[in-house]
Amino acid sequence: MIDYIMAFLVGGLICAVGQILMDFTPLSPAHILVVFVTLGAILSGLGLYQPLIDLAGAGASVPLPGFGHTLVKGVMEEVNKSGALGILTGGLKATAAGITAAIVFGYIMALIFNPKPK
Amino acid sequence: MAKITQDQKDYQELVKNSKPKPPYLKNLVMAFLVGGLICVIGQLILNFYISLGLESTKEAPSATSATLVFLGAFLTGLGVYDKIGKRAGAGSIVPITGFANSIVAPAMEFKSEGYVFGVAAKMFVVAGPVLVYGIASSALIGLIYYVVKF
Repeated sequence: MIDYIMAFLVGGLICAVGQILMDFTPLSPAHILVVFVTLGAILSGLGLYQPLIDLAGAGASVPLPGFGHTLVKGVMEEVNKSGALGILTGGLKATAAGITAAIVFGYIMALIFNPKPK
Repeated sequence: MAKITQDQKDYQELVKNSKPKPPYLKNLVMAFLVGGLICVIGQLILNFYISLGLESTKEAPSATSATLVFLGAFLTGLGVYDKIGKRAGAGSIVPITGFANSIVAPAMEFKSEGYVFGVAAKMFVVAGPVLVYGIASSALIGLIYYVVKF
């Protein structure tokens, strides 16, 4: 039960930070996603994001900074395994499922459905 | 720029004060609740995959991301996700389901421009920048890590 509570609190908090950026800065939602993914990557590089994943599980991995973290974690692991080449291969290897799912499901849904009248 | 007269200043003040203020607190609470709820759904899916025997640090999170992306894309197709988004703001944008939404919504919208420059190109209007900055920063951090380590 505690893992659901932590996921709710931490995930909610990350989204609340995004809402504050939306309401009080001129950043568009697209800018916020870019900022969050980059921030997640930087925090992960500093070793600060993994503790948040350990604490909150999906609460930290589902929001976009978690995507940046997965990229960096993949790069570092691959560098450990195969050296410099890992810089170029690790990130996409670790995020392949999410990215491929986004492209395949995204394309299929866009074909099947039409935009609803606003 | 021309100097602003006192009258213009008064008028700007009047406009500023009579413009309706966005409901900041309500937005914040909604973003927190909806964002938190999506992460709870993510945790449910994650625990489900772990209970099926998927490895808990890589396989299960990957499968969870793919499942959430599917749900986000499907609900966007149905027109449900954008209804949630109107109330939830960042709560529906920041989770990975929002990333899926940012792919499907413009792809559907621009279908009339064809399947190459419409659907396929517009899928990446928002997702493209996210991938560019995410992947580029991860490679840069990887380079720094490599240099520091060896």
